[in-house]
Amino acid sequence: MALFTRKNCPALALVILSLILPLVITNKYFMHVIIMGYIWAIAVYGLNIILGYTGQTALGHAGFMGIGAYTAGLLNLKLGLSFWPAMVLACLFTAFLGWLAGIVSLRTRGHYFSIFTLCVGVIIHVVITRWDDLTGGMNGLIGISGPPPAGPVSFDSLQAQYYLVLFFLLATIFVAGRVVNSLVGRTLTAIKTSEELTEVLGINTMKNKIFAFVLATFFAGLAGALYAGYIKFLGPQMCSVSMTFDMLLYLFVGGNGTIAGPLIGSLVLSTITESLQVVQEYRTVIFGPILIVLIIFFPRGLYGGYEILRDRIRRRLPAREAPEGAKEEVC
Amino acid sequence: MDLFLQQIINGLTTGSIYCLVALGLTLVYGVMHLPNFAHGSLYMMGAFITLTLIKSSGLNYWLAMLASAVALAAIGIAAERLVFHPLRNAPHANNLIAAVGLLLFLEGLAHVIWGPEFWQLPTPYDRVVQFLGLTITQQRLFIVAATLVLLAGLYLFLKKTLVGASIEAMSQDRKGASLVGIKVSRVSMLTFAIATGLAAVAASLAGPINLVYPSMGHIVILKAFVIIVLGGMGSLPGAVLGGYILGLAESMGATYISMAYKDLIAFAILVLILSLRPTGLLSGGVK
Repeated sequence: MALFTRKNCPALALVILSLILPLVITNKYFMHVIIMGYIWAIAVYGLNIILGYTGQTALGHAGFMGIGAYTAGLLNLKLGLSFWPAMVLACLFTAFLGWLAGIVSLRTRGHYFSIFTLCVGVIIHVVITRWDDLTGGMNGLIGISGPPPAGPVSFDSLQAQYYLVLFFLLATIFVAGRVVNSLVGRTLTAIKTSEELTEVLGINTMKNKIFAFVLATFFAGLAGALYAGYIKFLGPQMCSVSMTFDMLLYLFVGGNGTIAGPLIGSLVLSTITESLQVVQEYRTVIFGPILIVLIIFFPRGLYGGYEILRDRIRRRLPAREAPEGAKEEVC
Repeated sequence: MDLFLQQIINGLTTGSIYCLVALGLTLVYGVMHLPNFAHGSLYMMGAFITLTLIKSSGLNYWLAMLASAVALAAIGIAAERLVFHPLRNAPHANNLIAAVGLLLFLEGLAHVIWGPEFWQLPTPYDRVVQFLGLTITQQRLFIVAATLVLLAGLYLFLKKTLVGASIEAMSQDRKGASLVGIKVSRVSMLTFAIATGLAAVAASLAGPINLVYPSMGHIVILKAFVIIVLGGMGSLPGAVLGGYILGLAESMGATYISMAYKDLIAFAILVLILSLRPTGLLSGGVK
């Protein structure tokens, strides 16, 4: 367990940076934008597992985030549960529904799977919009209470909420990283490369795909519960298909199938959107073509592009040194 | 009984629109193996172009619809060249994502140009006719008739002309078609042009009874996907049959089951069928 290895350095530097960020940024609105970026990133990490690593283009993700958010909100409002147990139950319930959706939808392949999950997302959205008695319909849920103080720590201030969301984001990245680099992660990548070949190797692809789907929906549920506890208001708009498309945008701009991609995409796009008035007005007119250009030229997004660049530089450096060294030996 | 007949007419009207949209979608899927999520936004563009032509230059409804179909065919060819042609050999998730990018762009564009308002498309066929004790607007009859004419035209084009046959050949066997000298690029462009042209006509037909707004394509495209999954992706008869079945199922469901959840019927059918038969209702299997 060498924590301070050279490989971990950039990651540790980023963690430290994220920890001191609230001390540097005093602008409340900007803090809010970053917190929202983190919450989206948690959901996008889920999408990254099923889409980026397992290669299954699941398009119902915002629906599952909505289930997490509404479960947390309803448990709080109707049953008076406090934020913490509501959050745990919301994650578990979303993962359970994810499991149910997974065992039926993952039997389909390719485009059929995308269309199936898209329809699951639409069904969730329509039910949340129309079930007035339970979800408040178009009016949504108002007055969800935030996290109560845990011991001496209170979560009333914006800074405290930032740290709360940051904690879950880091936990998500940690779990996602662990899974991706484990044997299961390699199996998932194998499924992405060729499901038939993986099956021929004697691997139960269905079991692994379901695991990836459940984990993905679990993170979506977590992001939803955090959203409910932070925004304290829920409307059906948050789980519409456009939100799934937004998450696709975050994932593919940041880097599909990379460990840093979801965070980069979510943070970069949400800060750009919020800080430039022009971008806010013409948001999709700008981001749509960017998505197309990226998918044609950099299918692995910004982080994937950076990796290619880094590898190219690394390969070139020793290549230049080697002939010189060889010459010296000859001399 | 009157209510029942009325609902059949309504079902046939919406079914006709679904048919035309689903046909374009399934044509593109058959030839290019592309689930074109942007098809709904192309449909929306078609409605807005017709609307603009009628409102600003006072063009006749027919001429406006024709001009809009031509404009959309051009947009479709441009989309095929710029977006989907470069991705023809990429993994299948990539062209799906590119289609989402196109969808976001077109919808954003419509917001910028026409704003988020709801518009009604003016039609010369706005009178009501009495028929067997039913009251039907002329537009609804016109939609059903126009769709039948278009379907017959498309059928003749695909079956009786050489160009049409090349489209069918491509959707049956891509490699075989290029082996006998069919130009893959040209057929892809043509297919896209036909599909988007059909979408423009469908939108211009539906504009007077539904409303025209930037996200009008969302629900239509989702239902078109349901239809082509049910009818077998790439199958033209499947799309036609599926379109009418869904249109009728919805109008019956809305009357006799629940108005509020009308839109759910299509998706519930899809989930049910794909759960039982993961490769779709009529298709042999997918790779």
